[in-house]
Amino acid sequence: MMKLLTSLLVGLTLLSAPASAQTGPLRLKLDQGIIEPMPFAVPNFVPDTPAATQYATDISRVVATDLTGTGLFREIAPEAFISQVSSFEAPIQFADWKAINADALVTGAVNLSGNTLTVRFRVWDVFSGQELGNGLQFSGPIDGWRRMAHKVADQVYSRITGEGGYFDSRVAYVSESGPKDQRRKRLAIMDYDGANVQYLTDSAAIVLAPRFSPAGDRLLYTSYESGRPRIYLLDVGRVKKQELKTQDGTMSFSPRFSPDGRSIVYSLTQGGNTDLWKMDLASGQSVRLTNTPAIETAPSYAPDGSRIVFESDRSGTPQLYVMPANGGEATRISFGQGRYGTPVWSPRGDLIAFTKQNKGRFHIGVMRVDGSEERLLTASFLDEGPTWSPNGRVIMFTRETQGASGRSTLYSVDISGRNLRPVRTPDGGSDPSWGPLLK
Amino acid sequence: MDTGTKISAIAHVTLIGWALFGGTFQSEPLPMAVQEVSVISAEEFAALTAQRQAPAVAVAPGGLEAPDAAPPAPQLPEPVDEEPPRPETVTPPEPDPEPQPVPVEAPPEPDIVEQPPVLAEPEPEVAVLPALPESQPRPADKIAPEPIAPPPPDAKPDDIETPAVSLDEGAESQQEQQDQTAPEEATDQIVTEAEQGKDLSPQRSPRPRARPSRPQPTAQPEVAEADTPSEPAAQDQAAINDALAEALGAAEEPAGPPLTSGEKDAMRLAVSRCWNVGSLSTDALQTVVVVGFSLNRDGTIVPGSLRMLDSSGGSAGAAKQAYEAARRAILRCGAKGYDLPADKYAHWKDIEITFNPERMRIK
Repeated sequence: MMKLLTSLLVGLTLLSAPASAQTGPLRLKLDQGIIEPMPFAVPNFVPDTPAATQYATDISRVVATDLTGTGLFREIAPEAFISQVSSFEAPIQFADWKAINADALVTGAVNLSGNTLTVRFRVWDVFSGQELGNGLQFSGPIDGWRRMAHKVADQVYSRITGEGGYFDSRVAYVSESGPKDQRRKRLAIMDYDGANVQYLTDSAAIVLAPRFSPAGDRLLYTSYESGRPRIYLLDVGRVKKQELKTQDGTMSFSPRFSPDGRSIVYSLTQGGNTDLWKMDLASGQSVRLTNTPAIETAPSYAPDGSRIVFESDRSGTPQLYVMPANGGEATRISFGQGRYGTPVWSPRGDLIAFTKQNKGRFHIGVMRVDGSEERLLTASFLDEGPTWSPNGRVIMFTRETQGASGRSTLYSVDISGRNLRPVRTPDGGSDPSWGPLLK
Repeated sequence: MDTGTKISAIAHVTLIGWALFGGTFQSEPLPMAVQEVSVISAEEFAALTAQRQAPAVAVAPGGLEAPDAAPPAPQLPEPVDEEPPRPETVTPPEPDPEPQPVPVEAPPEPDIVEQPPVLAEPEPEVAVLPALPESQPRPADKIAPEPIAPPPPDAKPDDIETPAVSLDEGAESQQEQQDQTAPEEATDQIVTEAEQGKDLSPQRSPRPRARPSRPQPTAQPEVAEADTPSEPAAQDQAAINDALAEALGAAEEPAGPPLTSGEKDAMRLAVSRCWNVGSLSTDALQTVVVVGFSLNRDGTIVPGSLRMLDSSGGSAGAAKQAYEAARRAILRCGAKGYDLPADKYAHWKDIEITFNPERMRIK
């Protein structure tokens, strides 16, 4: 007993020995930073031959414009540069770029041989003097120089943000010209930034709501060609269309592909009631997903294909609901004031974009897939029809101005709502559908 | 009771007594030491410093056993312990009860002219003027912990706000010509289009204020150091400290008092001003990274000392992005050296900063 006590005491004594003085590192915790566009510099890419000079300049401009357009980056005007980059291989004078506060620097070179254009580039973190990722090069036909520029920009974007890019992608939309009462609508396809517009249909019939397939090779759209709305499937490469037949005496619209591209989900109006249906594209067979007296429309798949978000007025006003992909019980997710419509599931799976009408104004907003954290990003006389960029960070939508001379244009906004800007198209535009990143 | 037990009992009592009192007394003197040094007079202090200067000269030859015991007497025994006032407490002077005095078609008038007037310039010289018509938060490119009013149009962006000084030919002014600088406009929250119409927080909005949270000395000492050779004392002192440290071996250097919370806040703020999370991916914004680095005595970063010590909450890729943003912050704001008390170098020689973007995710 005593022994035990002794050893205990000795132990205690040892423990109470004075702690050695320590001066470890100074530890600080930071939870407040700033959010501002990151300053970057893109000196003109270096042409390998004089013939490549114009391409080198144009490509570096497109890269800079792509990055600036995200709202996440701010280009430092070339006039402010202290040093120029005259050789792609020469070491970077980081001090010169630090002095003008460039956080990132993109250098590149362009080679033109025959009909083939080759772009090489590197991305630098100026203040650490390190390269972000490795140098990379793209080759392609001269005509594709914009795509190569977009690819460079995508790389820069994802190396800095860690997010996938979206510049080398295309958008299908309805090109609109003429006054409101006599509007000519044509199906069109363009680069994400409004360049290279191509028309896929003439303006003989009203066309609506093009929807890209997940691979970007096909388009679904609704046309009034036959007098009543019908869904058509268009092969983008061959510009060949095919009607997707549904039962006689019905109207079908608002189609969207499933993530595997093998089936579509759409609305079918039969005897005054609109429900959701799913069609297998190979067999043409349709199955009913909802069966209520209310109007169900605007279905959109979750990227994993397990669930569908849609719009229904079963509670009295149009609201958003989520149900299993094969039908079944739907859960309402929108509970704010006003009416909700055209939900679209983000390709990242984390958010749902929607149109909201409240107090006479329209908004584009996003919410989590359970309906929480609703955020309205825009407000105007008429905003509608959101579509997601391939990386789920930007939303494109239609904005229409008031009055008989009102005009439809395409806009984009990032999911923070900070970066709202018009998309330049030759004519008016509506119903955008953002395709996947091109390969 | 046999003898063995008695001896044992006595031994135990002694041991307990020693453990209780002996141990306690031993640990006591440590805190006292700090108090004592604060009592030294100016003369003593001068004497101490003088004493330290002597060995420094001798250091060059090499192996002189420097007067080891003399601790590099902490120059400022009681570090100025006033914390820089936090932003929250500094409310704008007048709450501006009517947020919409818009009709005042404001051709901005120079109200306060602190500088010798420049030839009739329409713009206010001093960026303190609130020439801002709206009272609601405006969208700005920069989101910062506290809103900053738009700078005067001619001002160059800079962290420090300085008024323009132009050479007045007639006056015999000693002032050098300098460009007007002001911090970039910032808002403290993202204002989406949907929110622009709303009256969000009129009382607090973009009224420019003095920048109380900035630690005072940031720029001045550097300038003084560079420009005025009339004050060699500080430089010499630093050189002496360096030499001493080398001679004695850095490890043996007494640490001095730890950094005050004000000094820590200043350092934290200095880094946070450059911690730009705007371009981070959603994943990276959920990743907490701990970054370690070392500083030289002049506050500059030891090249190559930056490293990620830990990360949590995100993938390896996200951690890399988060680390790169943190690294940019440390390097960028420390490009000219961090302003930290030289006498406490041992306490800030190595720094570990935890960057937690949780609050920045959706602002």
